[in-house]
Amino acid sequence: MPRLRLPSLPADLACQKLVELVTDYLEGALSRRDRKRFERHLAGCPHCPEYLAQMRATIDLTGRITPDDLTPQMRQDFIELFRRWQADDE
Amino acid sequence: MLRLAAGYVPSQAVAEEVVQDTWLAVLRGVSRFEGRSSVRTWLFRILVNRARTAGERERRAMAVPDPAAAVDPARFDPSGSWSLPPEHWVDLVDDRLIAQQMAGRVRSAIMDLPAQQREVVTLRDVEGLTSGEVCDVLDLTEANQRVLLHRGRSRLRQVLESEFGRP
Repeated sequence: MPRLRLPSLPADLACQKLVELVTDYLEGALSRRDRKRFERHLAGCPHCPEYLAQMRATIDLTGRITPDDLTPQMRQDFIELFRRWQADDE
Repeated sequence: MLRLAAGYVPSQAVAEEVVQDTWLAVLRGVSRFEGRSSVRTWLFRILVNRARTAGERERRAMAVPDPAAAVDPARFDPSGSWSLPPEHWVDLVDDRLIAQQMAGRVRSAIMDLPAQQREVVTLRDVEGLTSGEVCDVLDLTEANQRVLLHRGRSRLRQVLESEFGRP
């Protein structure tokens, strides 16, 4: 009896493809199967873990840009506004 | 907010006006706010709309064209493996002074991103909104939000890499 063959995935992900999937990976948006392929590649590649670390460092640095944009007065006004809005809502 | 607004308009002064204007709109509109989205989402939404309008009035020079690839294709061999691999510099970021300096560099690089990437990166990675909140603020699908985030973050990584010494 002929057996049904499932389409086989490429054995490995190319590095050039992996760098385009990094955000989907970090956002948890990859399918289980793609996530496994991604992690399998990382485990066997001498360079892609470095790339992933660089992306994480980039996100970390971006998060360190200081929130210098609200004056204390604005912040106070906003908190006040928010409390009033919450009170109205109840 | 000021930083987000500054991405649309040519000067700090105009950006400050936009933020002021937003607060006024917030105060006026608070009674009409229905509480469908979080206050934060609502506030950023008003800000983005106002800043876009102000930005159209005072069009600033276009930034760099949108690079399609996260990494220059010339850095891979024909099989798609690294031929010019990433170097190890992430540890340097542990140094507080270097991190401060590089955060400054990232800040200006964000300003040079195409508008939508700049919006998404600012809201997600600087202001710390969730992906759901960003989609609400900017009227994006989750998938589009991810594409913009990916391009923006990839570009910022390139900038850092060039600061740390690789092409």
